[in-house]
Amino acid sequence: MRKNDVPQDETKMNRGEKEIMYAVDEQGRYVQVQSRGWQPKDVANDQAWQVIEEDIVSEIRMIRSGKRSPLAFHMKKNLMNESLLAAYADLPRWRVKRHLRADIFRKLDAKLLDRYADIFGIAADELQNIPDISQGIYNDEIKFRNESAK
Amino acid sequence: MNIRIPFVHQQSAHCETGVMSNLLSHYGVPASESLVFGIGSGLFFGYFPFIRLNHLPLTAFRISTGGIMSRTAKRLKIGIRGEKFRSPEKAMDALDRKLEQQIPVGCRTGAYWLSYFPRRYRFHFNMHNLVVFGKEDDEYIISDPVFEEPVRCSRASLMKARFARGPLPPKGRMYYVHRVPEQPDFSGAVHKGMKEVCRTMLRAPGPFLGIKGIRYLARKMETWPEKLGEEKAALYLGQLIRMQEEIGTGGAGFRFIYAAFLQESAAIREDGRLQDLSETFTRVGDRWREFALLASRICKKRVPAAEGYPDMSAILRICADEEEKVLRDLAEVLKSNPVNKKELNVK
Repeated sequence: MRKNDVPQDETKMNRGEKEIMYAVDEQGRYVQVQSRGWQPKDVANDQAWQVIEEDIVSEIRMIRSGKRSPLAFHMKKNLMNESLLAAYADLPRWRVKRHLRADIFRKLDAKLLDRYADIFGIAADELQNIPDISQGIYNDEIKFRNESAK
Repeated sequence: MNIRIPFVHQQSAHCETGVMSNLLSHYGVPASESLVFGIGSGLFFGYFPFIRLNHLPLTAFRISTGGIMSRTAKRLKIGIRGEKFRSPEKAMDALDRKLEQQIPVGCRTGAYWLSYFPRRYRFHFNMHNLVVFGKEDDEYIISDPVFEEPVRCSRASLMKARFARGPLPPKGRMYYVHRVPEQPDFSGAVHKGMKEVCRTMLRAPGPFLGIKGIRYLARKMETWPEKLGEEKAALYLGQLIRMQEEIGTGGAGFRFIYAAFLQESAAIREDGRLQDLSETFTRVGDRWREFALLASRICKKRVPAAEGYPDMSAILRICADEEEKVLRDLAEVLKSNPVNKKELNVK
């Protein structure tokens, strides 16, 4: 890649952060060049977040219909699965799996709730907060594009 | 306690090589990122359909975490001391003590809990590296090589990142340079680094690694749309682009960094043939970029799958052929310019 060909695409990903690419200058020497972004990377990153969002939306639906506990939402929001959450909570996976059931989660004691809240960096009573699907999950940078999911 | 070690933060493409390059420079060993990458034999390819990352097969363009650093240290005879911890509090105290002794400390962390990371890059990825070189009140001053400027991170969030869980947990790992040779033997180190890359890329056993791995992926890719359906196949592609371009590779899955390394080696080993190989390898990198571009167009459904996937396989096969040729030539160059003869000249 030549220095002048280093892509400087305006993308959602980089929000001003530039990253280093290696390219050849006019004299044929390799130099580090800052790049603002490249469209194909953005496509791939977008795609990954879209899968995550769809996953969260379907989780919220299940929570609203009483099948899953709010813990499932926070787990997915933090990009975790049962084994990763179990590792953070220092609990066996089968227990975390049970806590994802609405009826069992309701009976959890304060100590366990604190432990979960601590992992997600929120207060224990915030565990009950499940956003409306239309509100969007990540208020800072990533917004729901999937409007039909309402 | 307020400390700020005079540490020069130089932005780089990749975290592990950037940390190593910055640490070495701090101790007066000028080693660029690409030189570290080459000496540490970072160049690699592996396609592991049986290892899943977010339910998608894993593709690797560099050797395993920590490998580049340990090989560079070994080959340049740099003394690096590492520590692992059970207790997060103790790990942070140990870090503070090193800072008090004016020693910049490298840490392995997860990316997810680092508060300064943009949300879009925050995944549970436990192979991130950074250098802590200062502390102000509750905040650490950090040289994270993939960022333009030094960044700051709270104690709580750095502690969480150092004790991220999941695959390959960092377990509070930290490391620092404790011994540096007066005259590091770059020429010998470069030679060893190249030799190992030739070996793993050309002669690793099994179908998944090296050049054979690229061809294996090319073969499998042709069957994706039919076997997985177009939706899932597009996810496989997306993951591949991300491994190649997103995780700080300097472009083309580290191929451009390696070409830069070959160019530097030409000067270090006084061998013009390495410069030629660098130019050829740049073109290999360009092919990989074409590959990513086409893949993203398929993901966006701008190219029909029926044509797209065979085209992609074809590009991959060209990548494999060209990469193989460069590495075979490189192996020849290494044979005809052995390291011992050079050392005799120096001494």
